[in-house]
Amino acid sequence: MTRYLLKRLGGALLVLLVLSVAIYTLFYLAPGDPARLACGERCSTAQVAQVRERLGLGDPVLTQYAHFLRGIFVGRDYSTGTALLHCDAPCLGFSYKTDQQVSQLILDRAPATLSLAVGAMVVWLVVGVGTGLLSALRRGGITERVLTVITLAATGTPVFILGLLLLMLVCAYLQWLPFPSYVPLSDDPEQWAWNMLLPWLTLGFFESAKYARLTRGSTLETLAEDHIRTFRAYGVGERAIVGRHALRGALPPVIALNANDFGTVVGGAVLTETLFGIPGIGKTLVDAVRLVDLPVVVGVVLVTGTMVVLANVVADLLYATADRRVALR
Amino acid sequence: MTTSAPVLDAPGAAAATAAPGARQVWQRLRARPSALVAGGVLALLVVLALAAPLLAAIEGQDPNTYHDSLIDSARGGVPLGSFGGVSGDHWLGVEPGTGRDLFVRMLYGARISLLVAVGATVVQVVIGVTIGLAAGLGNRLLDSFLSRVTDLMVALPMLVLAIALTAVVSDGFPRPLLLILVIGLLNWGGTARIVRAQTLTLKSLDFVAAARLGGSGRLRVARRELLPSLAAPVITYAAILVPTNIVNEASLSFLGIGVKPPTPSWGQMLSNAQTWFRADPMYVLLPAGALFVTVFAFTVLGDAVRTALDPREASRLRIGTRASGRAAARKGRTSDQNSAPEETAS
Repeated sequence: MTRYLLKRLGGALLVLLVLSVAIYTLFYLAPGDPARLACGERCSTAQVAQVRERLGLGDPVLTQYAHFLRGIFVGRDYSTGTALLHCDAPCLGFSYKTDQQVSQLILDRAPATLSLAVGAMVVWLVVGVGTGLLSALRRGGITERVLTVITLAATGTPVFILGLLLLMLVCAYLQWLPFPSYVPLSDDPEQWAWNMLLPWLTLGFFESAKYARLTRGSTLETLAEDHIRTFRAYGVGERAIVGRHALRGALPPVIALNANDFGTVVGGAVLTETLFGIPGIGKTLVDAVRLVDLPVVVGVVLVTGTMVVLANVVADLLYATADRRVALR
Repeated sequence: MTTSAPVLDAPGAAAATAAPGARQVWQRLRARPSALVAGGVLALLVVLALAAPLLAAIEGQDPNTYHDSLIDSARGGVPLGSFGGVSGDHWLGVEPGTGRDLFVRMLYGARISLLVAVGATVVQVVIGVTIGLAAGLGNRLLDSFLSRVTDLMVALPMLVLAIALTAVVSDGFPRPLLLILVIGLLNWGGTARIVRAQTLTLKSLDFVAAARLGGSGRLRVARRELLPSLAAPVITYAAILVPTNIVNEASLSFLGIGVKPPTPSWGQMLSNAQTWFRADPMYVLLPAGALFVTVFAFTVLGDAVRTALDPREASRLRIGTRASGRAAARKGRTSDQNSAPEETAS
């Protein structure tokens, strides 16, 4: 177990290293002068040269990358000529536009993304697993057919279409809710929940199609196994078989997928955040790309990558814990 | 297979054991009304997209002319008339704020959508088949290296990387080509996985061994023996990739990093529509409806193609077999996930 975990974490670290090399090289090879971008439009040539010196952009790529990597683990100092500018331990550099530390900037945006992820997860688990179980229980009937068509239609439909239609219906026409604008949980929990309701439902419904398919498929597979046949032979009712025994076999893949998805969403639900104006990690990325704020772009990609890779490891661990037949190798 | 002439129909018989022949697949597809409807919708869409300049000429409009006289400047630019300004001159009304003709813009949007989606799918299939074949035929070291890279490509959120990539490409680069490359280069993992798995299975079959013994090199075996057998699974998978790529293009355009205005795109229209949905609901419903119908039709057709190529798939999912369940449990995935459409971004 410990050996497995170490192996997986080692692999994850390697993946992140490769990702950081790839993204850093791209960033370095990008057309346009990073020093000019960092300095701004109105900088004089001398000022640009000064910025180049401070950020070490004149150094060879490898040296720059080494500095960057070191900065992530032990922090980094930038010399402005007169003073030293310190960047704390997980140092991802400074934003070109706001001069904030990138790690701090991402940390500031994390609560909004987390709020979205947790609420949406509840929705997709309840709706998705519920739908999947229902269609497995009513297999062959009209309910299953209807649910299958709805699920198929929902699979692949972009999340912003659902979001736009919900906004149009709930906010513009029925006027049940005001147009969402993000309120931090720490400011006003009630307003926070009301404003997050629509984003939760949108992202939750969008993801739930996948869970419905998965739950239905794995429930049906479990139902075909020998021990279920034995339960049937003993006269256990269908409801108890599906609800208690089949569900137990069907849940491990759902749990694993859930860990993966949660990681992905925490890494930034770009589309949902942009649509609803939630100031989270995904929206930070889109804004940074528009402003060509490269350190922020690199930072967000690395953070998102870390979330996804870690979630992958957690998903495998959870799967093995939930289903004893799976051996960790 | 019919029982009439099984012995004489040797190629057909061989095809039935390996992969069903094209005629058989077509017959099975024809038997499903939903597949036919979906196919018809898509064929219509392709024709409309190809004929966009012609249809624009018939309507007498072009995608980029502003019509200030058709919008109500006192109300912020809402189209005059009902249903977003539908009239004999403007069949689907005009765009709020600018008065540009929506019918033509929708058609040109379909062109971009299909061009990028099909282009990206081609890139994905070429890379995926190459990597998958190399991994399946290569030695252990190459296989494990390529498999790790593939895992990485599958795991990373494609949209985030695509967004990041668009930041470092200069403005002069043609946008549709950039979208094709970005989506194509980032999303070939699934194809590579399937091709590798198929190659490993096929490699151990007699006809491949015979070719090897006959003196064919690895490359020749890959080209002459393996590629034809890989066609069926790859086509199936490509049918699932196209709608995913349509959504990816729409998503990037929605975020404002897709094609550049004034080139119309459905995703971009939806992004603009956010400020208009109370005053001009048509402007939301048109691109949303077009995108939904297109993706749904592709999904239905992809589903049907998969079942036609491998009818066991459908029955296995309906009844469920112990063998597939166990195998899936060992792999840590269920079989439904292998056949599920590619994931789209949130």
